[in-house]
Amino acid sequence: MKRSLFSIFTVLVLMGLILSACGPQATPTEAPAMVEETVTIGFTSSLTGSQEVSSKRQVNGFNLWMNQVNEAGGIKLSDGTVVKIAAQTYDDESAKERVQELYTRLITEDEADFLISPYSSGLTAAASIIAEQNGKIMITAGAAEDDAYKTGNTSLFQLYTPGSLYLISTVDMLKTLDPEAKVAVVHENDKFSTSVVDGLKPYLESEGFEVVYVESYPSDIADFGPIINQIVESGATVLLGGGHYPDGSTFARQLYERKVGLKFVSLLVAPADSKFPELGDAALGIATSSQWELAATHTPEEAEARGKEFFGPTGEEFATAYEAATGDKPTYHVAGGYAAGLILQKAIQDADSIDPEKVKAALEAMDIFTFYGGIKFDTTPDAHGLQLNHEMVVAQWQKDDTGTLVRKVIWPADVANADPLYPVLAP
Amino acid sequence: MQQINLLLASLPDGILLGFVYGLAAMGLTLIWGVMNVINLAHGPIIALGMFGTFFLFSRLGFNPYVGLIPIAILGLLVGILIYVIAVHRVINAPHLSSLLATFSVNMIIIGLGTAVLTTSPYNVDFAAGSFQLGSTRLLGTRLIAALVAMLFTGGLYLFLYRTRPGKFIRAVANNRAAAELMGIPSTRILALSFGLGTMLAAVSGALIATFFPFSILAGGSYELKSFVIGVLGGLGNPIGALFGGLILGILEGIIPAFLESSWVPVIEFGLFVIILLVRPNGLFGAKQ
Repeated sequence: MKRSLFSIFTVLVLMGLILSACGPQATPTEAPAMVEETVTIGFTSSLTGSQEVSSKRQVNGFNLWMNQVNEAGGIKLSDGTVVKIAAQTYDDESAKERVQELYTRLITEDEADFLISPYSSGLTAAASIIAEQNGKIMITAGAAEDDAYKTGNTSLFQLYTPGSLYLISTVDMLKTLDPEAKVAVVHENDKFSTSVVDGLKPYLESEGFEVVYVESYPSDIADFGPIINQIVESGATVLLGGGHYPDGSTFARQLYERKVGLKFVSLLVAPADSKFPELGDAALGIATSSQWELAATHTPEEAEARGKEFFGPTGEEFATAYEAATGDKPTYHVAGGYAAGLILQKAIQDADSIDPEKVKAALEAMDIFTFYGGIKFDTTPDAHGLQLNHEMVVAQWQKDDTGTLVRKVIWPADVANADPLYPVLAP
Repeated sequence: MQQINLLLASLPDGILLGFVYGLAAMGLTLIWGVMNVINLAHGPIIALGMFGTFFLFSRLGFNPYVGLIPIAILGLLVGILIYVIAVHRVINAPHLSSLLATFSVNMIIIGLGTAVLTTSPYNVDFAAGSFQLGSTRLLGTRLIAALVAMLFTGGLYLFLYRTRPGKFIRAVANNRAAAELMGIPSTRILALSFGLGTMLAAVSGALIATFFPFSILAGGSYELKSFVIGVLGGLGNPIGALFGGLILGILEGIIPAFLESSWVPVIEFGLFVIILLVRPNGLFGAKQ
């Protein structure tokens, strides 16, 4: 019995050997086994407090990018590793103290691999100290102030056009429309708006404009009455300034109610939000400097003409996906959140690794175009991480044929889809 | 000359705004005067008044000034409810207990409000016209708000001095034990007083919403102003609060004509400290 079992076993083994010898040869260069890695991206968002409106939009944009990457199977590296993205986030309540506490937690407890900045320059300045202390790469979206990049930091990479250049294109437009304009500069007394004005005032003067009134106001201002009286008294015909959403929307409304009759008003941030038309006719004619507008989105053709690589979706693809996901039209804050993820993705792909040093080197070498615009970072020790290639457009709320308020791109002329409303008709 | 023009342009605005500030502070000071309770839920109640106008006007189509009636009634009822639930049990306890009790109510309202309404700014898109007065443009919304504030002040005065419950309130404020001995139901009167205080806060919020955007956190700054006004006008003196409000409104109107806006809180709170040191019962309070 034992002998017969042994014989059957021997025959089966021999048959197996013969069959395997007849079968296809195993390829010597077999594809490496797929390994899945999850990269944790940490950031805080302002679910509450003064920065809520713009911060939520930035996070919506980031989430869209993350979901698209994960649904597409992740970022694939040449060694077969597939990088999936996970987000770790907390509500910073628009408070600097919370930001520092939470970014420390993101780095030490949650072990975030990369960081995205909170929204606003003030909160980002607080977060950047923690990122730099811990040597974590931080893509700063929604933070335009220049100073954070001029203090020897090497871990920050700025997505937005720096604050000092924010209103340059608006001044260029004014130069063609009304070189005799008398300009009042009234801005929120915070890091971002102050950095914008620090760049604006010398440029206005160098372009020959008369700056007749300069004033700052606290972030929690409710009554612009005394300031508006000063603007009228100064004889200004153009107002440039503002700050963020709450003060900007209040300012626009009170300018309208008091029938100030300025020829042109450009405010920071607030008019770029899709909530702004809730002000009704007070929104009409108010302009803003925008980091991105769908009507002037950057294209592969533009990138090719400039000899740059175009990476990621087109503006239309991005906008369609965002509308499908949220039912809302994307603003530049949404685009900024998305682009923050997109350039991190590009850096991981270029580095072919998730090693922070290699990713950092890829960011430093980056010189590309996306739907959001040009991306290239300063790598000099004096201003490491400062954005060099992103350009602003000027948008203005105008009425379409049906009387609906729409945000039109009015400058630069080669991408504008409407003429500037200048002078804005008195209410 | 330019400064005088600015002064003349900013003064009327400051005065109109001062009436509304005064109305807000009147609620705070009434509660303090009757029951020695500092109501830290004052700010969120002002914010709820703002949202009252928003929902009645923007969602239900009520004229904001008609909407003041339901807001006032709701404010009164909410105040009575807060008193019964949170304040009554600590009314005789040390001040810290009532401070903590009203602070808890403050946190609850802000927490619920943040969850339901978020902290995004809201805007009541309502205009009541405007007209040019000399070098300034007066807004209809501010003018009507000032008139309503004066009406409420007059109404409160008549209520306190010409009606039986009003006299009861003054009696309880003066000497609660003696009032109880005279048969005055002090618990009900205290609840009514708290209700009236919150009603005034809610109405002031409802009026402010007609000219300033707001969020659930917006009441905080008006609460702080109410403290300054309360001290200026004399804590416990509701009518003095109106004058305190006027002083604050005028200061806010004219300071930016001469100095940077950032000086406004410095001067306001500097004045607050000086009054506390020199005349702790306020400019319109009784001398000690």
